Amino acid sequence: MKRLRVPLAFGLLVVLLIFLVVLNTCVGTVALRPNEVWQIITWTGADIDPTAIQIIWFIRLPRLMSAAVLGGALAVSGLLLQTFFANPIAGPFVLGISSGAKLAVALTMIFLLGKGVVIGSWAMIAAAFLGAMLSMGFILLLSGRVRNMSLLVVGGVMVGYICSSVTDILVTFADDSNIVNLHNWALGSFSGASWGDVRVMQVVVKAAFLGALLLSKPMSAYQLGEGYAQNMGVNVKRLRVELILLSSLLSACVTAFAGPISFVGIAVPHLMKSLFKTSKTLVLLPACYLGGAVFCLFCDLLARILFAPTELSISSVTAVFGAPVVLWMMVRRKGARA
Amino acid sequence: MKAVEKLRTEHLTVGYNKTPLLTDIQISVKPGQILTLIGPNGAGKSTILKSIAAQLALVSGTVYLDKDDLGRMRPQELAKKMSLVLTQRIQPELMTCFDVVASGRYPYTGRLGLLSQQDKEVVRRSLAYVHAEELAERDFPCISDGQRQRVMLARALCQEPEIIVLDEPTSFLDIRHKLELLSLLKRLALEQNLTVVMSLHELDLAQKISDRVVCVHPSGIQRCGTPEEVFTADDIQSLYGVEAGHYEPMFGSLELPSSTGVPRVFVIGGGGAGIPVYRQLNRMGVPFTAGVLHENDVDYAVAKALAAKVIAEQPFEPIGQENIRAALDILRRCEAVLCPLSGFGSMNAGNRTLLEEAERLGLLKQGVHEIKLIIG
Repeated sequence: MKRLRVPLAFGLLVVLLIFLVVLNTCVGTVALRPNEVWQIITWTGADIDPTAIQIIWFIRLPRLMSAAVLGGALAVSGLLLQTFFANPIAGPFVLGISSGAKLAVALTMIFLLGKGVVIGSWAMIAAAFLGAMLSMGFILLLSGRVRNMSLLVVGGVMVGYICSSVTDILVTFADDSNIVNLHNWALGSFSGASWGDVRVMQVVVKAAFLGALLLSKPMSAYQLGEGYAQNMGVNVKRLRVELILLSSLLSACVTAFAGPISFVGIAVPHLMKSLFKTSKTLVLLPACYLGGAVFCLFCDLLARILFAPTELSISSVTAVFGAPVVLWMMVRRKGARA
Repeated sequence: MKAVEKLRTEHLTVGYNKTPLLTDIQISVKPGQILTLIGPNGAGKSTILKSIAAQLALVSGTVYLDKDDLGRMRPQELAKKMSLVLTQRIQPELMTCFDVVASGRYPYTGRLGLLSQQDKEVVRRSLAYVHAEELAERDFPCISDGQRQRVMLARALCQEPEIIVLDEPTSFLDIRHKLELLSLLKRLALEQNLTVVMSLHELDLAQKISDRVVCVHPSGIQRCGTPEEVFTADDIQSLYGVEAGHYEPMFGSLELPSSTGVPRVFVIGGGGAGIPVYRQLNRMGVPFTAGVLHENDVDYAVAKALAAKVIAEQPFEPIGQENIRAALDILRRCEAVLCPLSGFGSMNAGNRTLLEEAERLGLLKQGVHEIKLIIG
């Protein structure tokens, strides 16, 4: 049973993923049957409504792709941060990294749009990455001062609030033409992704994920603490830098395309650890990626259809499902320690 | 011919952030030997161990492992030669003991850290060596301190090191587990020619297990030598700055400070019978005289530490008249006399005179409980 757990859990995730992909393509204001969708995707249908083709190919498919890719990216980013801080409550959102990225993107957008320049996906990622690194730098400074993890999280939340309020102020004073775009994005949403965006995020996330996989060996050594990792021959300093860069890149990529999304980075790795009952990074990394994709597809579906045609922001949905998981985890850990 | 040293430091200065804490440390240990650092808390034992294990940058000087400068060795290479057991407890999530031990295979596995059959075999062997096979599938956070330390030792062995560095491996352990762990280390040193460098708080154990002992004093290393050279009462007491109490090097035992003052009780002891009485009287705060004891009697060592006065006779000599006179003199001025002995032999025949005198004066009491009544 123990040996079968990992393949079974992976199987479960894949089934869920396929199920949600089907749901996400079929369900919506224009409901379609799975066989219709299949015909549209494979271009085999004869008399299909051209609007349906438009909806599937240019709205639902890119949207679900970006939800899957970015959801996975967030979960992996969370796992990397948790390894770095040796604490399961670390994540890109609570540590203020997402908000830093958000602020940097908002600044860039307003500045460049004001000048009439349209910015591309790569520039957005670059700006978000810069913002993420600035927040991260602040958190690292703080972690050098305070050894206490709860204080660090409080610090991260504060950074998040500061960045968010500055972003809000910017949005308030931005030109009318920018506001609609900016406002939607600043709340977090997977809508509006184009195939070009999907291509770019795929490249970035895949590269970062591969990088993380290559780090899985030193990461697992690092789980025993710095001293032991170093004794086993891990270059601890380099590993720390790599973890920071990769996790910031991943969360920056998410923020650039979908805005800040809360709790996925903490909840999904925790759920995966409970599901797989292992802390082996080589298993957890792909598990978190799949799990993040499933989680975000599910949440995005709800955001889309719950109060259709009004859409919820993705963060409100992820928070409803993610925050209780985090709370439950904190309570359980406290209990285990006492 | 002199055997080559496994580990040797040369003008080593250690400290944090380039601030020297201890300077000019000269430590050396041969293959298969056990070297123990002893010394008061905060003297820098851990700092030395961390520096030797390349966890802490040296302030100056060199550490040689065999003939190689440890600072120039590649981390992977060093990992195959030296492994660690640290004081800080690890709290890994969802890791079985097997996983924890297997992490020691790190320097031997490939890019992704997958374990080969051979690696798994080494893990099993290491677990078996520390008698922890049955723990393999248990969750690491759920095992006891004693088991945990054995598993951490197995993890260190899994690295197949030539030298193993342990920072206070016996903290948190009860006596049984302390003994178990140290005898394991002794076995490793003898059977596998493993060199062991560690710090210990238990002087008695350090004295018994170590081939070499280093006294680390905050003002610098004081002594480095065999336990026989290092463990004298004066050296140990000055190393730890012991002012109250007494350290007895023969047994490696500690005694509380003695009650001073005019002796109120006379104890006729010998052959170990006196020791519990001395300790009880000392706990009650009653100054006493012990006599007449031979200097090679076990009672003598404890009496020396606890009694207000000890009347002693040369080893292997019958108790002489002079000592008996001196003892009688003191005995007559005491409020009570205790004699835990059940009989006398030819060497301590003189003590019979003391007992008879005590009976004649009505001072003889049956036990310490009667003393309590007198003292009030």
